[in-house]
Amino acid sequence: MTKGASMPAKLNTEPNIGFYDEFYERLIEMHRGLVDEQSQAVNARLILLLANHIGDLDVLTEAMARARSDA
Amino acid sequence: MGLESKGRTFRDRFLIADVKMKADFPTERWFWFDPPFHPGQSVLLHRQPDNIWRIDFQLGWDADPVVERQPERVIPRVKALLGEQTEFELEWCSVYTFSCLRMETFRHGRVLFAGDSAHGVSPFGARGANSGVQDAENLAWKLKLVLEGKAPEQLLDTYASEREYAADENILNSTRATDFITPKSEISRIFRDATLDLAKDCAFARRLVNSGRLSVPATLVHSPLNTPDCDDFAGAMAPGAAALDAPVFVDGKPDWFLRQIGDRFTCLFFTKDQMLSPQTRESISALSRANVEVASIVVAPRIHPASQANGPRLIEDRDGLLAERFDAAPDTVYLIRPDQHVCARWRSFTGERVIDAVARATCNS
Repeated sequence: MTKGASMPAKLNTEPNIGFYDEFYERLIEMHRGLVDEQSQAVNARLILLLANHIGDLDVLTEAMARARSDA
Repeated sequence: MGLESKGRTFRDRFLIADVKMKADFPTERWFWFDPPFHPGQSVLLHRQPDNIWRIDFQLGWDADPVVERQPERVIPRVKALLGEQTEFELEWCSVYTFSCLRMETFRHGRVLFAGDSAHGVSPFGARGANSGVQDAENLAWKLKLVLEGKAPEQLLDTYASEREYAADENILNSTRATDFITPKSEISRIFRDATLDLAKDCAFARRLVNSGRLSVPATLVHSPLNTPDCDDFAGAMAPGAAALDAPVFVDGKPDWFLRQIGDRFTCLFFTKDQMLSPQTRESISALSRANVEVASIVVAPRIHPASQANGPRLIEDRDGLLAERFDAAPDTVYLIRPDQHVCARWRSFTGERVIDAVARATCNS
């Protein structure tokens, strides 16, 4: 049981990005020309950068639980 | 002329099957990314005129376009989607690939390119025919003014520059949808599938799902025909934007705003009580007699029919939606082109500024 599941939700899953099509295009573009291993490393660095920016352990724990739930 | 269109051809094939169904199917657009009845590929179902339902099956690049359009191949695919019991008639089918491309310039002297001859897009989002009609709307009034000797032929260059910009925007939206529908790399597919998975319970992910955005007219922000704002405005109706519609009343009857404009330049006066100063009335009269004619419309929340005689046309904005959508207050003035794009706006009226803006919008300044 993760901590996030028993607490009131803090993770914002409502739309929060203004230019969502442009964001998605940049996300895919970030990986252009990379092999799988490089892509995984790029994704890992991106997650760590964003996690630090968010800086709230409850939010991050909740996000991890949702990301893992369908694995 | 030795001219060509350049761009990107997508290495994928799609089967179109147009079917007539007896079943009462709701008029909804359905898009499946990886359905059990057509695994690993996308399927699109949407309604056409005359009770025809169009089904697009993604087949992949290796599919044989001749074999795949044979009824004995098509009918099982349709049955897999609609169910064995559903009665339908196959009206038409075809296998296509698509490209996103455009000519470098739409004007070559006396030859003007429009519609499919000037640009091609993928069919996701109603972009092909809509952009062709928009080309024609943009060109018609410019051609008329040039032929009548009321504008220099440089005005036709702005047809090319405005519609090239719009074509790029159209192609960008079309390409983004295509890249989501048909991921070009493994990592792109992983992100696409993750987005679809999260879309089940996360609202933000549903925004990211891109099965084709419905086409909207381009806002011609960089057009040299726009007069830049000198007053503060909020909202979408900046110079270059296609005018939004709103329900209004004309002669006491419900109607729509866009039906009242669109065959000439129109100056829109927002008022509190439909009253205009004598000087403004004089300017309006002069504008209607100018070389490039400008019609005027007065907008007010309530129209008093007794005072309607001998003045500009009146529109009753009873619900205030027109004013809201144009971020208009009493005294706000909009100048709208014959193709219904906004080209200038002010918080107060002077005849001179409207004359200057019309001159700029017709390459006469």
